[in-house]
Parts: sequence; structure tokens; C-alpha cells
Amino acid sequence: MGFEKFGIMSYTKETKVEDFVKHLEDGRIMGTRCKKCGTIIFPPRADCAKCLSSNIEWTPLSGRGKLITHTTAHFAPAGFEAPYTLALAELEEGVRVFTRICKDDEKDKLKIGMYVQLVTKRLGDERITYELKKI
Amino acid sequence: MHSKVAVVGVGQTTFTRSCGISIRELCFEAFREAIDDARNLSTEDIDGLIICSAPEYDKQRSPAGLIAEYLGLNPKPTFLAEAICASSSVGARIAWSFIRSGLHKIVAVIGFQKMSELTSAESQERMLRGGDIMWESPFGSMMPAYYAMFARAHMNEYGTTEEQLAKIKVKSGMYSMMNPKAMYQKETTVEKIMNSKIVASPLKVFDCCANADGASCIILASEEVAEKISDTPVWITGLGLASAPLSLASRKTVSSLSCAVEARKQAYKMAGLKARDVDVAEVHDCFTIAEIMAYEDLGFCKRGEGGKLIDNEETYIGGKIPVNVDGGLLSKGHPVGATGGSQIRTIVQQLRGEAGKTQVADAETGLVHNIGGIGLYGSIMIFSR
Repeated sequence: MGFEKFGIMSYTKETKVEDFVKHLEDGRIMGTRCKKCGTIIFPPRADCAKCLSSNIEWTPLSGRGKLITHTTAHFAPAGFEAPYTLALAELEEGVRVFTRICKDDEKDKLKIGMYVQLVTKRLGDERITYELKKI
Repeated sequence: MHSKVAVVGVGQTTFTRSCGISIRELCFEAFREAIDDARNLSTEDIDGLIICSAPEYDKQRSPAGLIAEYLGLNPKPTFLAEAICASSSVGARIAWSFIRSGLHKIVAVIGFQKMSELTSAESQERMLRGGDIMWESPFGSMMPAYYAMFARAHMNEYGTTEEQLAKIKVKSGMYSMMNPKAMYQKETTVEKIMNSKIVASPLKVFDCCANADGASCIILASEEVAEKISDTPVWITGLGLASAPLSLASRKTVSSLSCAVEARKQAYKMAGLKARDVDVAEVHDCFTIAEIMAYEDLGFCKRGEGGKLIDNEETYIGGKIPVNVDGGLLSKGHPVGATGGSQIRTIVQQLRGEAGKTQVADAETGLVHNIGGIGLYGSIMIFSR
């Protein structure tokens, strides 16, 4: 339990990495690191597919990265409100993140390759997410 | 053992927005047409039935059993094969293996989808869950948004334009009008496409295929029986199947589908040929950008030159490599589970010389590129007459 608070709408509540949400609530964006082979994994996983170890630890991410691609959705699936901008960014640590671009930046012209920062964002009292901001 | 495998019968229903009949009746129509299409075949000759569907659209639980009953195929074995939009290509691959192993001689592969069974909101909700439900769906990801992100990356990397995307749909609309089984029977223009509503920038309404109802059936047979059943067996000479991460965040590239590239390598190697040997191709154009990426992933042009290929009309009949001359998913319609079988049917008709107004002259080798979801399953099949 706990993962159901993540994102604009959640589809699953149980996972071995649900502490990710607790870290997010404390303002930290964490990945996992395999203690056996050292691989940094994001989005976090409890299991390392490289060496099949489940001996992992949390590791903080800088959140700094570059925009790889983006789109603004003008039609939204049930439960979401259009328009909103989805983006893929690559962080300094070499991992990628799929999320939204913050509303304030949405109107500006986004450029692939521009620097972005992944930040936590509270959605009302109950929910929490992360989003990308222009640096 | 190690018999060659041929397609000996093909059939499909007309793809429509809303078919108004039940899934069992839909499958029956495609099956009967495939049986009739083979010269010398009846229901009792079929010794296995593979049903292909994306089950989240189905009301009937485990539809394979129901369909086997309705077609009069009990007690022959049946089961469901699922790889979303690539389900019936995967079904064909399983049938090929069944026959090659000697376990079966004649196998029917039926793909179907009655997408009108769901409301538009229900259907969108299903599509939303087509992304990684832990890490991507929570942000409102959906099929057009993913392909829009591929399009944006492709444009940035190679200078591909929205007009080039529109030209894919213009071609598709033109050939669709020559296909009586296609859903859209309307010609369209670059201007009209460019002015259609934006779904997920840069993709507009006409850059996207629409939900459809339909069924397809292909019948595969071993070498020993194929020539008795059909005057014009079409041989499966190459098969490739690969996967790629479901989550976009785990992919290394977003301007190409790595599953298609990997499957292509396998299929070309098995068939012992190269891209230039393909005479006619069916590619998975669920969105206009998907066809441009397919040109490059299949090696029909250099990486980044997909836009130029359509500018020069090289994928029209008479061009270097005619692609989707049946209207493709964009205009023929895309009833998820039926699509791969419908693509195979088109290629089989081309190789037999039975494609009528859209016949590619002297087509000897054909290719089917069928993709599941946002590029997580990639199937390539090569056929020769």
C-alpha cells in the first residue's frame, strides 16, 4: 500500500518499491541501485534484471537532464483533463523519465535537447507526482 | 518433418466502424471465405484453430472455445494467441511451428476484434493501460501520445515534416478506395489532413487510424498437402519476432522501433534476402509516423530518409517498393486482432496475382510488418510464391 498516491491517477497500489512515494513526499527523487552489480535503475525496481539480485538500495538522483521528446495531448483519456504535455527526458545518471512538463512551461516553445529539472509536485492533500521544469 | 509451410486460403470481413453482428458471426464470415478461397478444403480438414484477439475488448471470456464451437471445429484443439495489434501474426507464427514440427497439417488462424463492443471512453481507458501502468499511464499516456513523441523525435533528428506525414495518409486514402473491404472510402488531401484537429501534437486526427470491427482468417498447410488444397500456395520463407521495452523510459531510441529492426534481421536472414528483394509490403501504419519509421526499420531507405521516400512516391505502385496498397491500417481500419491476418491476406493476393486494380506487377516476394502496441512486439513475415 502507498503507491496509489503516485501520479495523476494510479492503477496499482502494491509494489516492493512503494517507499519511492515516501521519499517523494520528503522532496527526494530516488532511483534504486543494485548492490551486487552497481546498476542504477529508474524508474526504481526492487529486482535487478542484469544479475537477478534483489539486494538493492535507494540512491538519490540529481533530477537534471535533457529533453528527448514531447507531445501536447489535446484529447484526454477518461479521468484526465486536456491539454497537457508529456515528455521523455534523460537524466545525468543515464536513466530516462517519462512524465509531464509543468503547466507554466507548457506554453513556451519546448526544444529537444533543452535542459530540464525533475521536481516533486503535490496534487492536493493526497496525491504526489513528479514533473519536468525548464532550467 | 521440416515441411515447408504455405498459406492456402485467405479471408476477411469488410472492416467497419460498427459491424452490428456478434463476434462468432464475424469470425464465421472470415473463416468461410478462407475455406472457399482454397480450391479443395472443408472444415473437417482443419486440425487446429488459433484465435487471435486483444482480450480487453472482448465481452466473451476465452473466445477461442466459443468460436471453435460456432465454426463446427470441436473437438479440434483451439486457444487464444495475444500480442495486441500483432496477435494474428503471432498466431500465424505458432501455426507455422505446429506444422513444421509435424504435430499439425492444416491450421486456421482467425483474428478478430469488435472494438465497437466498448464505448469510446472504455476503449480509451484500455488504451491508457497499454502503457506501463506504474510509471507512464499515471500521467495520461495514450497510444497517439506515444506515436506523437516518436514523430517529434523523428522530425527533430531527420527534419521529417508534418506534410510528409500527411502524404502517407493521402496514399492510404487513395488505395483504400480500391479496396472494397476497407472502412474509409474517401480520398483526402494534404491540406485537409493538415487542417484536421490535433490529437497529440504533431499528430492530427487523420494521422491516426480509427477503431474498427472485423475478422481475418488465413489457413496454413504443410508442403505435402498444400498443393492438393491450393493451385497457388504462397510459401512462408522468413519469420522474425522480437520484443522491446513497454515503457518508453527504458528504450534507447524513440525515432525507430527496435523490435521491428530486430525482427527484420531474423526474417531477412531466414529467407536469405535483402530489403531490395521485396516487391510489395504491408506495414503497420497505426499512425502516419509509424509507416515512415517502418520504411527505415525495414531498410527500404536509409535511416532518416523515410520522408523523402514518400515525397518521391516510391511507395506507390510503380515506385521502388509499393507499401500498403490495400489502404493500410490508416484507411482500411485497424480491428486490433484481425490486422495481421488482413495484411497477410493482401500479400497472398498480390503474390497470386489476384490483387485487381492494386496489383503490383510480377510481385514474387512480399513482406508483412505487424507491430504490437507502442512497439513492444514486432513481427516480420516474408512470403514467396
